[in-house]
Amino acid sequence: MMTTMEVANSQLERFASKARKEIVRMSFESKSPHLGSSLSVVDILIAAYWSGLNVDPENPYDEGRDRLIFSKGHAAAALYSVLALRGFFSIDLLDTYAREDTLLGEHPIANALPGLEAATGSLGHGLSIGVGVALANKIKNNNAKTIVVISDGECNEGSVWEAAMFAPAHDLDNLMVVVDFNKWQATGRSREVLSLDSLEEKWKAFGWSTYEVNGHDMSELADAMNYFPDNSCKPIAVIAHTVKGKGVSFMEDDNNWHYRIPTEDEVGKAILELTIK
Amino acid sequence: MRNAFADELLKQSKLRDDIVLVVADIGNRLFDPFKEANPNNFYNAGVAEANAIGMAAGLSMGGFKPIVYTIATFATARCFEQIKVDVCYNGNPVIIVGVGGGFSYAGNGATHHSFEDLAILRSLPEISIVAPADSYEVRGALRAALRHDKPVYLRLGKKNEPLVHDSVPNFSIGKSISLKWGYEVCILSTGNITPEAMVAAEMLETQGISTELMSFHTIKPLDREYLEEAFNKFRLVVTVEEHGIIGGLGGAVSEWKAAEELRSEVTAKLLSLGAIDRFMRRGGNQAHARKHFGLDSESIRGRITEVYEKTYQSELRVSF
Repeated sequence: MMTTMEVANSQLERFASKARKEIVRMSFESKSPHLGSSLSVVDILIAAYWSGLNVDPENPYDEGRDRLIFSKGHAAAALYSVLALRGFFSIDLLDTYAREDTLLGEHPIANALPGLEAATGSLGHGLSIGVGVALANKIKNNNAKTIVVISDGECNEGSVWEAAMFAPAHDLDNLMVVVDFNKWQATGRSREVLSLDSLEEKWKAFGWSTYEVNGHDMSELADAMNYFPDNSCKPIAVIAHTVKGKGVSFMEDDNNWHYRIPTEDEVGKAILELTIK
Repeated sequence: MRNAFADELLKQSKLRDDIVLVVADIGNRLFDPFKEANPNNFYNAGVAEANAIGMAAGLSMGGFKPIVYTIATFATARCFEQIKVDVCYNGNPVIIVGVGGGFSYAGNGATHHSFEDLAILRSLPEISIVAPADSYEVRGALRAALRHDKPVYLRLGKKNEPLVHDSVPNFSIGKSISLKWGYEVCILSTGNITPEAMVAAEMLETQGISTELMSFHTIKPLDREYLEEAFNKFRLVVTVEEHGIIGGLGGAVSEWKAAEELRSEVTAKLLSLGAIDRFMRRGGNQAHARKHFGLDSESIRGRITEVYEKTYQSELRVSF
C-alpha cells in the first residue's frame, strides 16, 4: 500500500544530513564532481520522497505511482542517497557509485535501478518527459502526480520553455516542477550567464501557478508539495531558493565545488559538520 | 503516403486504445477524422519538436503508444538528442513519423530537404528505420511499427506517389519485399524513390539487362539474409534512395559489405545512388530535384547501364 509518510521534520533533517554525508563520501571515494549541485538539492528530494510523492519502495513499478523525474542528472549522487535511505535499494550499493560496471553512474543510467524513473544527464530533457507522464495520467484519469526537479542553469535550455508552454495549455495540474535555484551554473552566476532574474515571474508568465520557498526548509517544501494540485487547474512551479554546497560551511556558495573533489582532510571536516548538525 | 498513413492510423485506433498522436503544428485537416474519433488521444505540441519527442517518451512511460508526426527533417534533425536520450536510451518505443522524406518538399528549399535523416538516426542504437515504398507499404509499415516494442522511425513521402503494389504486402521490419525478379543487376530501393527505381528497372530490362528490384524499406536493421544472397548472385547491386549519399542505405550496405568481405568472398560490386554532398540552392519541385541529383528514372537507368557495362566488360576480359 502506497502512502505518503508522516515523519517529523527533525527526522527528515537527520535523513538529509545522512544523505549529505553519503554524497561527500561518494564524491571523495570515486573522485567524481558535482558535489555542490548534489548538496543543494538534497532537501528537495527528501521532502519529495517522504512528503510529496505517493511511492512504495516495495512496489516501485506500480502503475498508479507518483513519479519524480530528476532532470539535473549531474547531481545523481543526491538522488541515489535519498532513494537508498527511502528503501528503494540497499544503502551498500552507494559504495559502487561511479565505479567500473556500476549501476550508479555519474548520471542516472536508463532503467538501472528501482526508483530511477528516467535516465538524464543532458539538461533540458526531464520536463518534457514529465509533461508526457502527466499527460498520460490525465488521459487515463489516473490521479498520480509528477514532480520534475530541474536546476537553474538548466533553464538555459530552450526545450524547458517548450515544455513550460505545453503544460498550462493542457491544464496539467498534476505536474510540478521544482527549480533547485542555487544561483550558480557550471562556470558562473546563473543570473549573469543568461538573464535568469525574475525566475518566478517567468514561470508565472508562462501560465504556471508559482510558489517561492526556502529549498532547505522541510516545512516550506512539504507545504508546497502537499498543496498539489492547488485548485488553479495549472501546473505548479516551485522556485526553491537553495545554496550550492549546502550543509558544509566551506563549500556553501563556492562554485569551485561544482567540479572540485574534496581531500581526505576536507571530507573529515565536512562529515564532522554534518554530524554536529 | 500521408493520406494512407492518416487513414490507416484511424483504422488502427479503432482496434486499440493506446495510440496517442502528437503533431508539431502540421497536418491541418489531415487528422480531423482521427481527432474526432479519439479526442483525448490527439495533441498539437506546437512548433516545438524537442518537447514533442520528450513528451512522447513520457507518454510511453505512462503506458501509451505515442506517434510523433511532422516534416521529416524537423522530426529528426531538430530534436535528435531527444530521440537519442528520451526515446532510444530510455527505451521508450515511440514511433516517429517524418513526412516529406527526401526532396518531397523540394520547392521549400534546403531547410525542408531531408537528405540527412536516415544517416543521423542510423547512428542511434535500438531504433528501427523504415521507409515504405508506396501507400500500401505505409499501411503495412504502420501496423508493423505498432507491433514493435522498440522505437521506430517511419519515413514517408508526401502525397499522390505512384504505387508499386496493388494491395498491402506482407510487411515485417527488416525483411525486404521483392517487386521484380531478375538475375544480372539487383536494385535495392528504399522509400519514396522506389517508383522511379521501378521505371528504371523496366527500362534496363528492355535494353537487355535483367534487373531485380527489391523494396528495401528497412534501413536498420538491414535484411542481411537478402544481402548475402544478392551479393553472391548478382554482378551488380545498386542502392537507390532519395537521401544524401552519405550514411543512408548506400552507407549501410557499404559498411555491411566491408565487414562481409572479411568473412567470405563477395562477388557483386556495389553502386550507391543518392544526392551528392551539396545543398541544392535553387528552387523547383521534387521531380526537378530528382533530376538535379540524378535520381530520376532515366538518370538511374543511365548510371546503372554505364557501371554495369564497365563491370561486365572487365569480367569478360578476365575470363578470356
